[in-house]
Amino acid sequence: MPITIKNLPKEEITLQPGHAACPGCPIGIGLRIVGKVLGKKTVIVIPACCTSIVQGPYPYSAVKVPLVNVIFAASAAVASGIAGAFEAQGIKDAHVVVWAGDGGTADIGLQALSGAAERNDNIIYICYDNEAYMNTGIQRSGSTPYKAWTTTTITGKTEFKKNMPAIIAQHRVPYVATASIGYPLDFAEKLQKASKIKGFKYIHLLAPCPVGWRFDPSLTAEMGKLAVLTGLWPLYEVEYGVFKLTGVSLSLVDKDKRVPLEKYLRLQGRFKHITDEDIKIYEEYVDQLWRALKDLHGKRIV
Amino acid sequence: MEVERIPLAPISIPKVGAVGKTGKWRTFRPVIDREKCIKCLLCWLYCPDAAIVRDENDNVFVNYDYCKGCGICAHECPRKAIKMVKEE
Amino acid sequence: MSTYKVLTGNYAVAYGVKLCKPQVIAAYPITPQTSIVEKLSEFVEKGELKAKMLRVESEHSAMAAVIGAAIAGARTFTATSSQGLLYMHEGVWMAAGARLPIVMAIVTRAIFPPWSIWTDHGDLLDQRDTGWMICMAEDNQEVIDMIIQAYKIAEDERVLLPIMVGLDAFILSHTATPIEIPDEDLVDSYLPRPGETLSYLKISFDNPLTYYNLAFPDSYMEFRYQIHEAMNRAKRVIEEADEKYHKLTGRKYGGLVDTYRCNDAEVVIVSMGASTGDTKEAADKLRDEGYKVGVLRLRFIRPFPEEKLKEILSNKKLVIVIDRAISLGKGGILYTEVASVLHKNDGRTPIIRGYLTGLGGRDITVSDIIKMVRKATSLFEKGELTHGWEWFKLRKEVVM
Repeated sequence: MPITIKNLPKEEITLQPGHAACPGCPIGIGLRIVGKVLGKKTVIVIPACCTSIVQGPYPYSAVKVPLVNVIFAASAAVASGIAGAFEAQGIKDAHVVVWAGDGGTADIGLQALSGAAERNDNIIYICYDNEAYMNTGIQRSGSTPYKAWTTTTITGKTEFKKNMPAIIAQHRVPYVATASIGYPLDFAEKLQKASKIKGFKYIHLLAPCPVGWRFDPSLTAEMGKLAVLTGLWPLYEVEYGVFKLTGVSLSLVDKDKRVPLEKYLRLQGRFKHITDEDIKIYEEYVDQLWRALKDLHGKRIV
Repeated sequence: MEVERIPLAPISIPKVGAVGKTGKWRTFRPVIDREKCIKCLLCWLYCPDAAIVRDENDNVFVNYDYCKGCGICAHECPRKAIKMVKEE
Repeated sequence: MSTYKVLTGNYAVAYGVKLCKPQVIAAYPITPQTSIVEKLSEFVEKGELKAKMLRVESEHSAMAAVIGAAIAGARTFTATSSQGLLYMHEGVWMAAGARLPIVMAIVTRAIFPPWSIWTDHGDLLDQRDTGWMICMAEDNQEVIDMIIQAYKIAEDERVLLPIMVGLDAFILSHTATPIEIPDEDLVDSYLPRPGETLSYLKISFDNPLTYYNLAFPDSYMEFRYQIHEAMNRAKRVIEEADEKYHKLTGRKYGGLVDTYRCNDAEVVIVSMGASTGDTKEAADKLRDEGYKVGVLRLRFIRPFPEEKLKEILSNKKLVIVIDRAISLGKGGILYTEVASVLHKNDGRTPIIRGYLTGLGGRDITVSDIIKMVRKATSLFEKGELTHGWEWFKLRKEVVM
């Protein structure tokens, strides 16, 4: 049964109101969906990241499912350990989820993530990507896009964004997907699909951050949609090695249907300084990307 | 006075309002126009703070104790049924 | 029925772990620990040990994985040495702070640079601030016995702290000696059921908890205090575990410390690890020559057996401490710790002399130890011996 807004559960299973996230934070949107799709029997592993603070301080917590805070580089390994313990104890219907930022995924957490993926450990790894080390004050990460301002790339990052979903797909895991906070139902569908598979599942959720990207907090969902509509962030899944575009991205193979990149980039203060040259580079990047993706839909890529 | 003892290890209990009434953070508050509302529930879906409550009939209400006034609900509403009003 | 096998120290660890029935094992190979993990893999694949074996991609992940498994209520095991132990250091602190009764075997090995695969105690003692209980075996029989006792001590409700069981690289790990492997039923009756202790704190979907979120200055200190108090309580638990084990197997080790001919000794040698075997031999030889020598082996370095040391050593004339690890910039680690508890006490302080040697696997022989005792006692008799420590068997002539 496909997921609709109406049939999502009403109750707040994970995140409770009265948490410490910034107004307009995508974590709130994403984590609520995780609870509504996966249900109560979910344990969430959280490395150092914004969510470490969003949950609030001891002795209370804003999250109503078991939540294990862990050392920065280790979230995938801790999750593997929990999944191993559940298997050893015969607990079959519980979900072990990692909810990690881009730092804890693409940079410091990459080793443990790669190990867990290669071993095909039975966990759902969700990277909520706000494209910088936001919790420590907006420093650049491997996931920060080209020319973005951060406090450690004042004149704009000179490297491109690390393609994490592609890297994980090449680990031959059963399920990899990209998602965006602008399309929560697409994210929910992918989460539900992942929850039914035994083995390593990876979902990369684009999470626009009003504070770090410099835009008005009311625009978070809009930003999540624009990233997809420009073609910069394609929505896709790789199921047992077969690539499929999903949601609105299916229609974006046609270049005319793609929103101009400027509409997305110039809405964000972190790209305030970019030149027409830079935008051209972005356009070339997106064109190249979609030339490749166009031929891949429905094909085996692993 | 009865003192609350700490647990064996630093372990916390889930709670609504874990960091207090975050409604105090607001500068603007969302006001829903019931006439315009079509009960699409998009505001409920997108609220990062779970501060929009949905009842059995899919009516939506703002929980002003916890709404931070981000304005996503107003921006996403397809009928412009939510207005952001400055707090006095 | 117990069985007898000729086993290396590493295999003794593996057979001991098998008897304790951990549910999750995660380890990364490192010389000289590898044969522990290989033997355990063999047990699991043959179906002799029903454990989930996670072949992790690093030691940092090994510790992280057993931490996760322990929070989920499973009995766990891991093992490592030197570089691996240093790599998982962050996780080592987490395990103790989280009060998880993880058991880890450490095959003590010198730290890089330069590369060395041979024994010294620097890697193990580097962990002494972390909140882990730390002990070391003298021989392979004690290795298997210590592993079994380790689970009992760590999982005791009064303790709930992780524990490292140390064994010297190659001297024990790769040297085979005959040992008695206790019977499975005996170990089952000795240990609690896996996951039994304080199960209300493990991951529960009916009573969800958040683990280790931010604590302000008004609560952090009390959690550290609780760990320290658990260490203090562990002293009693360690003695009890040894007594109970003695009743079941006939073997006793003395709990926190193992004493040899100390009662009427005037000179006591304090030692730790495999070289204590040689120290006892040296003591016997010296006794034959008329020296009144005894040996005190530190089985446990954490919790530090302060009361036992005071009780046994206060009235001695001379205490010699043999160190196989140095805190660079301060001195021999055991010397420093032993000296710190034997304060002047109505003139009842023995002279304490530390000998630092054996780093990077340099041998400590029976004749070395005899030399130490002869040198110290002759200076002592002349009234020329002072408190302090010195390098022993150092090749001073090649130093820059």
